Amino acid sequence: MHSGGEMEQETRWGRFRRSEAAQGYLMVGTPALYAILLLGAPLATIILYSFLTDGYLEIIRDFTFANYREAWTNELYRSVMLRSLWVAAAVTAVTVLLAFPVAYFVSFHVAPDRKSLWLFLITIPFWTSYLIRVFLWKVILGFNGVVNSGLMGLGIIDEPLTFILYNVNAVVITLAHAYAPFAILPIFVALEKIDRSLLEAGQDLGESKVMTFWRVTLPLAMPGVIASVLIVFIPTIGDYVTPALVGGPEGRMVANLIQLQYLKLDNYPLGSAIAVSAMSIVTVVSLIFLFLNRRFLRGPK
Amino acid sequence: MKGGGFRIYVLAYLVFLYAPILLLPLFAFNDGTVIAFPLSGFTTKWFAAAAEQPSLWLAVKNSLIIAAASAAISTALGIFAARASTRYEFPLKGGVMGLIMLPLVLPEIIVAVSLLVVLLGLGVNLSILTVILGHVLICTPFAIAILTSAFQSLDRSLEEAAYDLGETGLSTFRLIILPLVMPGIISSLLISFTISLDEFIIAFFLAGTQTTLPIYIFSQFRFPQSVPIIMALGTVLVACSIVLLTIAEYLRRRGLARSGAKDTGGFL
Repeated sequence: MHSGGEMEQETRWGRFRRSEAAQGYLMVGTPALYAILLLGAPLATIILYSFLTDGYLEIIRDFTFANYREAWTNELYRSVMLRSLWVAAAVTAVTVLLAFPVAYFVSFHVAPDRKSLWLFLITIPFWTSYLIRVFLWKVILGFNGVVNSGLMGLGIIDEPLTFILYNVNAVVITLAHAYAPFAILPIFVALEKIDRSLLEAGQDLGESKVMTFWRVTLPLAMPGVIASVLIVFIPTIGDYVTPALVGGPEGRMVANLIQLQYLKLDNYPLGSAIAVSAMSIVTVVSLIFLFLNRRFLRGPK
Repeated sequence: MKGGGFRIYVLAYLVFLYAPILLLPLFAFNDGTVIAFPLSGFTTKWFAAAAEQPSLWLAVKNSLIIAAASAAISTALGIFAARASTRYEFPLKGGVMGLIMLPLVLPEIIVAVSLLVVLLGLGVNLSILTVILGHVLICTPFAIAILTSAFQSLDRSLEEAAYDLGETGLSTFRLIILPLVMPGIISSLLISFTISLDEFIIAFFLAGTQTTLPIYIFSQFRFPQSVPIIMALGTVLVACSIVLLTIAEYLRRRGLARSGAKDTGGFL
């Protein structure tokens, strides 16, 4: 028994080397290493930094919760974080509500061979330069912009509207436009998966079209709706460009705050604490929605 | 026609999606410095003015280098990861793939600051190279998503037939698998290239004193007189990205047709 141990180990190693698992690790090794070194390690670093103390030109290795206390109790930081959450929620609601009928139309009312053309049409604006699109919204909503000059030219208003640029409204409009295609695709995919005979069965059993939609289509489309909520919510809450360019001082969001702490004030520990807080908020919201999704998949009881 | 009211809503929605982009060429060719109606005449001077800016050309050159390198590296990494996740089972697969795909669900500013802190801590000089490092990180998940669907539509019996006929693992990959997933590889290259070209916040944090095209555009927001030039630049960019996307979509469909799969829609 004991004398064969070494041999056995060798064959075990040999077997492992030829096994599926080893080949899989060999394949995934390089991208995994890249992600560990350039994503895993940096994320661990800012989590560590968020518990250290900021000294003059250096970081003091004193473990503390003071950064988090500052990030969560300081009136300024707290109001910016709450605003980010609120703006992201508003953008998500608007985007998903507007997107659902479009996804439904493409899935149910467009001939199958023309669906991918429709999806292509919907995605094109998303792939054009994001900064240019933000720039365009600034131009459209500005004091002398397209909306104001157009409305004044038509004689509808006498003075330029000022509530549409450099505030939260402008941020919501711009972001809702930017993420529209992102919301349509997951809903479309979920609607495509629905077995059409279920809908016929619903109507054969005497349900109206509206009730069939409410009781069959909508619950089955819910995983897609939740996916699009997450796909819109996560990047919007951390968006930097739009609040910086069309938000004005009233529209600043958490990414602007993080940038300020890191690049202008050089306070890495506080910047890290705000970044980690933002990341936690995103994670908590995502988990809530994933939990809701699981409830939906299990079906109503 | 079915769904009349629907059709009107969807058309209105498409107008909302396209309106800003349709305004671009309108004002790029408009002979006036203020972006407002009514239009005041046709001109191509803004295109000429854009072409005369040396800082713009430098930014374009940097952006092209970064985008080409990021596309090549992230597609190469994506091929390995997609092949691993579609063909092999191994312990911790979910965790490993989850970490690689994490940038998809992480706000970009967090990727940017965490990389910045580590790179500065290691004493690395910020340059185009550090921007490439960051862009590969965010492009790889998209490359994997595209390549996974390419690898999934492969018929495994083709691969086994090649082994039976005496090919090695490597030659099977080169002769059988690679040609079949080639359309996926090309569309992954194009998508990664487009994402990198358009990415602002990571470049803003990691470029140091270098500029990229989005950084250049961002810096021009402060100058009202350069708005028409940005409009001209935007028109050129939109035209380029529509051409690139049309090529990518064409290749994706041809790839699906070749492997006999059903068309299930867009890139994502």
